[in-house]
Amino acid sequence: MADRARESRRVVLCIGNLQRGDDAAGRAVARALRVSLGDVEIIEEEGEATTVLARLEGADAAFIVDACVSGATPGDIHRFDIVAGPLPQTAFSASTHGFGLADSLELARALGALPSRCVVYAIEGGTFDIGAPMSPAVAAAVDTVADRLRTEILGE
Amino acid sequence: MTSRTIKVDQLARVEGEGALKLIARDGVVQLAEFNIFEPPRFFEALLRDRMYAEAPDITARICGICPVAYQMSAVHAMENALGVVVDGPLRELRRLIYCGEWIESHTLHVYMLHAPDFLGYEGAIEMARDHADIVRRGLDLKRVGNSIITLLGGREIHPINVRVGGFYRTPRKRELQPLAEELKRARDRALATVRWTAGFDFPDVERDYEFVALRGDGEYPLSQGRIVSSRGLDISAAEYDEHFEESHVQHSTALHAQIKARGAYLTGPLARYALNSAALSPLAREAACEAGLGPVCVNPFRSIIVRAVEVLYACDEALRIIDDYEEPERPAIDLEPRAGTGFAATEAPRGMLYHRYRLNADGKIADARIVPPTSQNQPSIEEDLRTFANAWLDLPDDTLRHRCEQTIRNHDPCISCATHFLRLEIDRGG
Repeated sequence: MADRARESRRVVLCIGNLQRGDDAAGRAVARALRVSLGDVEIIEEEGEATTVLARLEGADAAFIVDACVSGATPGDIHRFDIVAGPLPQTAFSASTHGFGLADSLELARALGALPSRCVVYAIEGGTFDIGAPMSPAVAAAVDTVADRLRTEILGE
Repeated sequence: MTSRTIKVDQLARVEGEGALKLIARDGVVQLAEFNIFEPPRFFEALLRDRMYAEAPDITARICGICPVAYQMSAVHAMENALGVVVDGPLRELRRLIYCGEWIESHTLHVYMLHAPDFLGYEGAIEMARDHADIVRRGLDLKRVGNSIITLLGGREIHPINVRVGGFYRTPRKRELQPLAEELKRARDRALATVRWTAGFDFPDVERDYEFVALRGDGEYPLSQGRIVSSRGLDISAAEYDEHFEESHVQHSTALHAQIKARGAYLTGPLARYALNSAALSPLAREAACEAGLGPVCVNPFRSIIVRAVEVLYACDEALRIIDDYEEPERPAIDLEPRAGTGFAATEAPRGMLYHRYRLNADGKIADARIVPPTSQNQPSIEEDLRTFANAWLDLPDDTLRHRCEQTIRNHDPCISCATHFLRLEIDRGG
């Protein structure tokens, strides 16, 4: 039983800072999902690299949600299949002391610890001011990402 | 006149954003500037008119790597201003949470930021492809630091359980037991880390630093002690301003600290070790000896071994504290606001951290002064570059650039604390 549970461990790792405007997007997705994904673990983190690695440990499928800055329009949604290739560095460089999500995932790959299914949903942010609320476009994207994740995870 | 120009736009594996400029003419280094351009954050001004009790949580936000150091310097300075001393199990718990931060911060630097320099990798990810077991060991070791901070601090980054006078909640003895089991495994990993780093190749260089660190009463310094130096300084934190001064230099938004009338000095692992190696635990002392350190280490490249020794000590000390722990009667002592000035210095992983606060009678902060370790080490980092680079000017550009970057990383500078990425520009003239 325990082995079966471990084999099917699925996590949704939602990263962000609730006090920094659109950086709260990942965390908001966690809160939108929490009541509707059964035994899937929904985790909120601020994104510290080694903690991200620890959260991925032993997971067969990981769905990661974070805000990003790639130059697209705020509220745009990007989906990356990490098993197929790395995240674009430049869009995910905002992190504690220069070691960001892209680095965490590549470190997981180098250590053979990348889940066999690993998908990143990134919501383009516009404002990251201290204490600012999420912008309306990003708040709308949060609901869309939650819906897409529900379909993707429950449809497996 | 012979000259060359080398530029590195982003120095990786340092914490924060800055730049470096090296000018050489006819084979002699003329100028070495460690340029910090990250804007100042005005924490000292932001503290004014806030209650004394808010200082630990506000100053913790200065750094995501060493928030405990900021909290510890803040609580001790406030208690000094209010005329109280926190002792017994509460003092021990403060040492324990500080051990957590040393383990976490030092292990991050040793494995992820510094070791790739010695093993010839661009960074930790490239190193992990060839040395997965070693990197896993580092991550496991770091995790025990996070566990300590989470248990005592309420969460692993920017803890919320530290207060002036003690803690909001203290742990039950049984809560610490699982941590002890984790720490025993971590201690083995820390010992393996000392042996691993001792086997690296180090440039054969020395510097005549004035080391400055705290000296505890028979204990390796963490949160308390007198400020001492390798050239005879022996003062209390209250006398810091009489002996040290900060000045603005045009090329840095972080102030440069110096000893009055003497100049640059060095804080951090090399200084702590030089001034306190006899106070290490027997296991850490033996490991240092086996690693060939001797009682004083003046080669900054070998600081990686000293950090590893300090991680081993922190594991040992954390285990001692847990073994001896008696639950305190109350999580904090009572405090009454009063007018006064409080001073404290504690040992952040990368060096001494000084706080001074003047309080009004109602407990509001009238003014604050914070001197982070990187501000103190900047002049010495520049002197390292001026001294060492002279012998390296014949090296090819890539090698010279890498050596200069490594010279900075030796000191684990936290540029964010001091005022983020480093640009490196080397101008050899002509």
